[in-house]
Amino acid sequence: MTLLKEPDFGTPERPGPATVSVEVDGMPVTVPEGTSVMRAAALAGIDIPKLCATDSLEPFGSCRLCVVEIDGRRGTPASCTTPVAAGMSVRTQTPKVEKLRQGVMELYISDHPLDCLTCPANGDCELQDMAGVVGLRQVRYGYEGENHLDAEKDTSNPYFDFDASKCIACSRCVRACGEVQGTFALTIEGRGFDSKVSAGAGETFMESECVSCGACVQACPTSTLQEKSVVELGMPTRSVITTCAYCGVGCSFKAELRGDELVRMVPHKDGGANEGHSCVKGRFAFGYASHPDRMLKPMVREKITDPWREVEWDEAIGTVARRMRELQQQYGSGAIGAITSSRCTNEEVYVVQKMVRAAFGNNNVDTCARVCHSPTGYGLKQTFGESAGTQDFRSVAEADVIMVIGANPTDGHPVFASRMKRRLREGAKLIVVDPRRIDLVRSPHVQAEHHLQLRPSTNVAVVNAMAHVVVTEGLVDRAFVDERCEDFDGWEEFIARPENSPEATEELTGVPAEELRAAARLYAQAPNGAIYYGLGVTEHSQGSTMVMGMANLAMACGNIGRDGVGVNPLRGQNNVQGSCDMGSFPHELPGYRHVSDDAVRTVFENLWGGTILAEPGLRIPNMFDAAIDGTFRGLFVHGEDIAQSDPNLKHVTAALEAMELVVVQDLFLNETAKFAHVFLPGASFLEKDGTFTNAERRINRVRAVMKPKTGKHEWQIVSEIATAMGHPMSYGHPSEIMDEIAQVTPTFTGVSFQLLDKLGSVQWPCNEEAPEGTPIMHVDEFVRGKGRFVVTTFVPTAERSTRRFPLILTTGRILSQYNVGAQTRRTGNVAWHPEDVLELHPHDAEVRGIVDGDMVTLASRVGETRLKAEISDRMPPGVVYTTFHHPVTGANVVTTENSDWATNCPEYKVTAVQVGLARPRRDDGAENDRGRERDELLTVVD
Amino acid sequence: MAGAVPAERRMANDIAANLVHLPGASAAEAVAGHIGRFWDPRMRTRLFDFVDAGADGLDPLVVEAVKLLR
Ligand code: SF4
Ligand code: SF4
Ligand code: SF4
Ligand code: FES
Repeated sequence: MTLLKEPDFGTPERPGPATVSVEVDGMPVTVPEGTSVMRAAALAGIDIPKLCATDSLEPFGSCRLCVVEIDGRRGTPASCTTPVAAGMSVRTQTPKVEKLRQGVMELYISDHPLDCLTCPANGDCELQDMAGVVGLRQVRYGYEGENHLDAEKDTSNPYFDFDASKCIACSRCVRACGEVQGTFALTIEGRGFDSKVSAGAGETFMESECVSCGACVQACPTSTLQEKSVVELGMPTRSVITTCAYCGVGCSFKAELRGDELVRMVPHKDGGANEGHSCVKGRFAFGYASHPDRMLKPMVREKITDPWREVEWDEAIGTVARRMRELQQQYGSGAIGAITSSRCTNEEVYVVQKMVRAAFGNNNVDTCARVCHSPTGYGLKQTFGESAGTQDFRSVAEADVIMVIGANPTDGHPVFASRMKRRLREGAKLIVVDPRRIDLVRSPHVQAEHHLQLRPSTNVAVVNAMAHVVVTEGLVDRAFVDERCEDFDGWEEFIARPENSPEATEELTGVPAEELRAAARLYAQAPNGAIYYGLGVTEHSQGSTMVMGMANLAMACGNIGRDGVGVNPLRGQNNVQGSCDMGSFPHELPGYRHVSDDAVRTVFENLWGGTILAEPGLRIPNMFDAAIDGTFRGLFVHGEDIAQSDPNLKHVTAALEAMELVVVQDLFLNETAKFAHVFLPGASFLEKDGTFTNAERRINRVRAVMKPKTGKHEWQIVSEIATAMGHPMSYGHPSEIMDEIAQVTPTFTGVSFQLLDKLGSVQWPCNEEAPEGTPIMHVDEFVRGKGRFVVTTFVPTAERSTRRFPLILTTGRILSQYNVGAQTRRTGNVAWHPEDVLELHPHDAEVRGIVDGDMVTLASRVGETRLKAEISDRMPPGVVYTTFHHPVTGANVVTTENSDWATNCPEYKVTAVQVGLARPRRDDGAENDRGRERDELLTVVD
Repeated sequence: MAGAVPAERRMANDIAANLVHLPGASAAEAVAGHIGRFWDPRMRTRLFDFVDAGADGLDPLVVEAVKLLR
């Protein structure tokens, strides 16, 4: 249940063109065919009492509180399960139904602890409400009979409790877990009076399959499933609509507060991206915002070996401005630059790139998207003409075949995964292309038709082979290609070459040719085939080629420009799309326009004053190289932890050490701050006002629920630095920054805070042609005119397994943790993932004498780290896997300098490594005393 | 970094390897175009210096492209 109630129509919408007219208590109402009587009544303004129904779930008809009388029909049907019929006349308040409802309530109440006044849900309990609504005055059955009042409480989950004594067995939680979340962790055990909710056979919630999304808690009409924060702090009293600051799904939330204290986050029903659902991170993991580790005062120091000195804002800002200018005087104007963050708002990112271009006077600005999705920008721009995904999330509901490539949506993009799983349960077919057997391959009610378990680094060979099948088996959508695309013939000749066939590439990719052919046919012949992909595509030395390869395949099959199709990046961080849109690439001004374009530069020069350089600046890895070379001396790092997140950490830290001024703005003293001379405390998303743009180009409002704890907004700080450097920048409110963005960016001309407040959210392009935004792109023509086929030759990575480093390491993420974990590690989410582990195949483990739980060393040609082994057959032999959420493990100590040829996006997904049993360290304690005995074996394997 | 290939050389070679399939002179033009569009001038200068120092380990296509870039 939510506090600030959104209307609940009882049963889900049944959209459709055909309508039916009925009368409810004499009120006429016309609704789509298939609508329930309950929903029709609600639409006519009449709320029928209900307990087991809620409009996020299919009706179930178990409580019998919603009975009505229908003229000409016998009995008292349940209005939630009865669909409307033409001419129906419904009566919701008759003596007969009133009596029945009172009887139902009496039964419920007789088995319910009557501690309403001390119950945490007091005031937010549907049972309590309904007792009032039906006019319950007496309970004839007494409380002495058999009851569940002593049932045990399950408090195992860090965020919510399960108090079975309050359960009314309405099964809303069970249905929410299945229908909304798609996990199917809950069941109703037993029958009749004995029936009770259970999270698996005799298991607690924590031991069960539950992923802690909270959908059941939200659906529960009583206090049976209740947020611990509500138990602790009490019912919230007000709410603010805002956007999750974790992943690129961009879920909308109501932040519910009591006074100034955040009590809970409840997903917003009207949220375009999530439609009322969320995952464990967005709903529960907000505690980091008030964690004691948060820094609230600016600090400076001369050398990184000096202790920090707290200073006032003026001094900190003055120091940054002065020292940046000094570095420019000494080493040239290109000696300084900045890194923007995909976690910051569009407005913040915009002012940082403006500071670099206008105040620093160069183009040395890059975003952390460099290390995740820069190939998406490049590849989609080359082929379609726009650096963004083609669809809205809703579109997946129309897909017939869904191909997931190098993404793990159930962990990385959970709410989108729930939408996808719903479609798969409805019968859409699934193809998974991934070296790892991700959960989607087989989970309750979902089974991939094909899992193409390719070797890491062979994506391009696989997508080329699929396109080869399409071209050589006559599956090309000729009409689409002829009308909408160009450069097809050259590409067709290339892709049809025998070396691109599944048979020729099988040995290299490890994907059986027949299986690949079947998958290609399935995708090509589907009425609607949709591609969703993640970092398993981009973070390769051929990342950009692979993006273009997928675009080629989609165009060849005519799978672009309508619902249910498309090529869709699943973005890692909340504002990856936005930070790219806002011009934080060293070669592009806002709106993806190249700095060499005179007309575009003039627009900005006229507005900002001064000149903008026509030459591209340094990208993040180039900044590090230039720092070591001595030509790059000062860096402003906005909200990123590059000393943990970037590859080849030895190189990164050497670069940071080489610089004379490193400025870090962050919530916490992160790893990068160890190399900083100035630390500027940042604001959490709860203190921010602005916008985030999610993976479907949806611009969502972020609204401050409290004042910045640091006393200053981040956009304000950046503006003040620019001003102190002699380029005055002043804004009174972030909406003014958005107005400036709209003024200079053709795809944003219609965007304003006012419009967002009115529509809730909007998907760019939003301009004169599309005043309410663009859910699906490239509908009648591609943004670049014709879709362009690009020849995608497979160029193998330089990273090879060798005798010394015989295994391939690939990296990923896990549901409960986020990126480098700076936030999630400071929340209850550590209960699920206290440390990073190395997954390795039983065969690879056995030959090295490693058993589950052993401490192992993981070494590549650039570095070595230690972590715990987990034996798993999710990867094929020869491939090992880990996450990068914890600094102690430092998975990036071993990743290399290899990068995407076109964008320098690091090749995180492919590193040749060796794994061995670790020698015990003093701090390992007794946990690994088997280490020494195994050393001999290890040498043999080496 | 010990033993590592200088960054500009590695990156230029990667670009060349991915564009070498283009016909005739367009390959060198594409490599030059890519470097021109995406590289900071100081990186280009370093690349030119490599070429001047004998182009050791540099893809011949890069050498062609550098001629166009100068
Ligand atoms: S929290 Fe989510 S996954 Fe867990 S039982 Fe509830 S609905 Fe299911
Ligand atoms: S836990 Fe809540 S939602 Fe689930 S059956 Fe009991 S009362 Fe209904
Ligand atoms: S799916 Fe992503 S955006 Fe939604 S709640 Fe989870 S982390 Fe936040
Ligand atoms: S609400 Fe209709 S039967 Fe429960």
